[in-house]
Amino acid sequence: MKENTIDHSHAAAIFNKDVERVNWHDETLWFVRSKRDKSAHAIPEWEALRETASNIKNNVLSNMHHYLQEFEAKAKENGIIIHWAADGAEHNKIVHSIIAKHGVTQMVKSKSMLTEECHLNEYLADNGIEVIDSDLGEFIVQLRKEPPSHIVLPAIHLKKEDVSDTFHEHLGTEKGNNNPQYLTEAARKELRDTFLTRKVALTGVNFAVAETGEFVVCTNEGNADMGAHLADVHIACMGFEKLIPERKHLGVFLRLLARSATGQPITTFSSHFKKPRKGQEMHIVIVDNGRSTQLGREEFRNSLKCIRCGACMNTCPVYRRSGGHSYHNAVAGPIGSILAPNLDMKKNADLPFASTLCGSCTNVCPVKIDIHDQLYKWRQVLVKEGYTPSSKTMAMKGMSAVLANPTVFKIAGKAGRFVMKNMPFMVNNSLNAWYNQREMPAPPEESFREWYAKKAKESKDKK
Amino acid sequence: MSSRDSILSKIKSNQPASVSELPSLSFLGLDKIDVIETYKTVLKGIGGFCEEVSSLDEVKAYIAAHYPADKRKITTIPELADIAETNWISDDPHSLQNVELGIVTAHFGVAENSGLWVTEAILGQRVSPFIPQYLVIIVNKNDILATMHQAYERIGNLDYGFGTFIAGPSKTADIEQSLVLGAHGARGLTVFLME
Amino acid sequence: MKVGLFIPCYVDQFYPQIGIASLELLEKFGCEVSFPMDQTCCGQPMANSGYSHLTVGCDTNFVNNFSEFDYVVCPSGSCTMHVKEHLHSKENEAAATHIRNNVYELTEFLTDILKVESIEGNFPYKVGMHQSCHGQRGLKLSQMSELNAAPFSKPNQLLSSIKGLELVSLSRKDECCGFGGTFCVTEEAVSVKMGQDRIEDHKEHHVDYITGGDMSCLMHLEGILRRQKSNIKVIHIAEILNSI
Repeated sequence: MKENTIDHSHAAAIFNKDVERVNWHDETLWFVRSKRDKSAHAIPEWEALRETASNIKNNVLSNMHHYLQEFEAKAKENGIIIHWAADGAEHNKIVHSIIAKHGVTQMVKSKSMLTEECHLNEYLADNGIEVIDSDLGEFIVQLRKEPPSHIVLPAIHLKKEDVSDTFHEHLGTEKGNNNPQYLTEAARKELRDTFLTRKVALTGVNFAVAETGEFVVCTNEGNADMGAHLADVHIACMGFEKLIPERKHLGVFLRLLARSATGQPITTFSSHFKKPRKGQEMHIVIVDNGRSTQLGREEFRNSLKCIRCGACMNTCPVYRRSGGHSYHNAVAGPIGSILAPNLDMKKNADLPFASTLCGSCTNVCPVKIDIHDQLYKWRQVLVKEGYTPSSKTMAMKGMSAVLANPTVFKIAGKAGRFVMKNMPFMVNNSLNAWYNQREMPAPPEESFREWYAKKAKESKDKK
Repeated sequence: MSSRDSILSKIKSNQPASVSELPSLSFLGLDKIDVIETYKTVLKGIGGFCEEVSSLDEVKAYIAAHYPADKRKITTIPELADIAETNWISDDPHSLQNVELGIVTAHFGVAENSGLWVTEAILGQRVSPFIPQYLVIIVNKNDILATMHQAYERIGNLDYGFGTFIAGPSKTADIEQSLVLGAHGARGLTVFLME
Repeated sequence: MKVGLFIPCYVDQFYPQIGIASLELLEKFGCEVSFPMDQTCCGQPMANSGYSHLTVGCDTNFVNNFSEFDYVVCPSGSCTMHVKEHLHSKENEAAATHIRNNVYELTEFLTDILKVESIEGNFPYKVGMHQSCHGQRGLKLSQMSELNAAPFSKPNQLLSSIKGLELVSLSRKDECCGFGGTFCVTEEAVSVKMGQDRIEDHKEHHVDYITGGDMSCLMHLEGILRRQKSNIKVIHIAEILNSI
């Protein structure tokens, strides 16, 4: 990750320079939102499912200490080795040590946003371990040396021509052959060889069941399974919030996850791992990395209910028109904007402001996280912590003084149209960004107040 | 203090003061649907093939007609020993890389998403439904359930080392949202609904 | 029925006709309407920018101006929602609570309190309704497309009774216009793109007018339309409902 991150509004402005591309990105993701709608509207009890999932996760957050220990005990009983990582650095060290213990220098990974968050690939590369990302979208961005732009659709920002160029360069596919079938086949062949030769496979965890100690990994491609069932060592990495209490709760979450993410009724594979394969070593790395802090933030705790479906990104009109990379964070979009400030307030102070607070995200969230309310609340926290420019604070203090004092307000209004001088969007000078692409209405002859006062005076005079 | 202890201690002090109630699931999944018709429709919609049969002979005939005789086939079904290998279960999983067709059975299916539940016990080996180029799964019609809620009621507290729901052939839409069947798992799935 | 008319500051200074239309409309339905002259602002621009701790004076002033009315009515969904969710007063919390429980956006006041079922009016044009987000998702003025729930719309209910008015059905029923308060200048590129896209949707459905319950959204769309030199006009719903 670059040290000097570009803030969201600048990155978004650059993104919008290519109008055709923005339109394409926006329409593509809106289409995914539409598929989600179709799928959700086909289940009469959809809203009840959301409410149920939300309440299950509320229970988990309120009893995490117990569930985590229950999960660990059961998993150990089943022969799984459990590790605990306080932060990303420790997580990376643990994963490395497991690989090194087996004297291996290559690993295949399915897909894990947690490992993106911890920058695992870079760490392992620095330590001489090659990691190949086997999820097709992740595989593509890995070859291009860029981060994924969406947690479920990592390469959504790329056109097939981009993929074709990348595969031509790295896999030797035909130059200019953009056919997705052809390109996928090339990746299938390449990665099949990877699966067959890697002794260590790493996967993420979609759900971890406290009652039984098992965990579930959902994929459409089958890459998590191809890696795990052929490897001598399976490492599964999870944020501790992935826990759910009982096996039967999987019924609720598996009904919601894929429908919310892509509109499919379920992913092709929903693999339940409970014990290592005979002769295999299975590890789970349970990671904190700021989650326990977020758990203690009463207003933001609910963000930990997230099941990483990406529905909020697909519906967000700002995300669709700015792209995941403009959020400079492993998890982008609305959910990223309420998780990231907890990790690094300074770096991510711009994110809660990259929103109109329209509330669409909250409505599509399968676990009913109050995302747009949390965006508003993070704004208050960031201002209090001093992460907004002092010029803005001065302007706001000035504005608040006038708005508290009707006499001053009326004078300010009459003399120079207070709103025109002070509402940031209406400041009447050519430097105001409003004027780049919009006109401003001319102020009318009299304000409403003036009209009303006149009318009141007239009727008083009549009496 | 180990990381485990420090994480657990932080969680204990930061989690909400009281435990909120777990909701009941008993009112979910109760809508009456035609499970077979729904199953077939959903499976077709996600790129799978469905055949209704009443005997394994019909399955054999289908396989003979659709898959070349000289390609390697494996099965967990003893009655199919004449068309596919049956003694691969203790083999190194890597040795199955040249299998063209895998033929297995499922414990049950789920109509709302056409998923089929299989465990290590019924698969022979964990990799068996993923590594072949094509997959055939046979399930009894009576074992088609309506929703995932009934599915987990059926699974109950079964002990398994590995289990998975398989819904349709493997797929991806990662290249410009174009759906391609056959990512890393099977390129095609045919489900036989057995009377 | 004593109604306190709450007029957003930018409506007061830039679109007085909306205040006039709202006043006349409420009086037509028998309300005794007053406009407290000492009102300033609801404080939303500050609060949404993260400065809610600076709105104390503004909130106190609001409570002082509006505490003795049965209802407070405002021709803006977002201002109404802000007051409903955030108005508090250390000195007089009882009054603040009374206001929060009785503050209404104009169209929901007409449908829910005055129980207006139809309005006499004449507006023979093709109209696109812009569902402002705070009104829709905040005040539940109409059903939200994300939810699996029965459709309804209070503003559309009123518009459907206006003679000659043809309400179009948009491709994206309730996408945000991109105004978002200070967002419209701090994230100018995305804000404008969102507005342009909303306008395209209305254009594709050949509207003569774009209407809505929030002049902030409409001002943003109008700004773009004017820059595009488009023939499409914007009009606040109060003016359509008060056409006669």
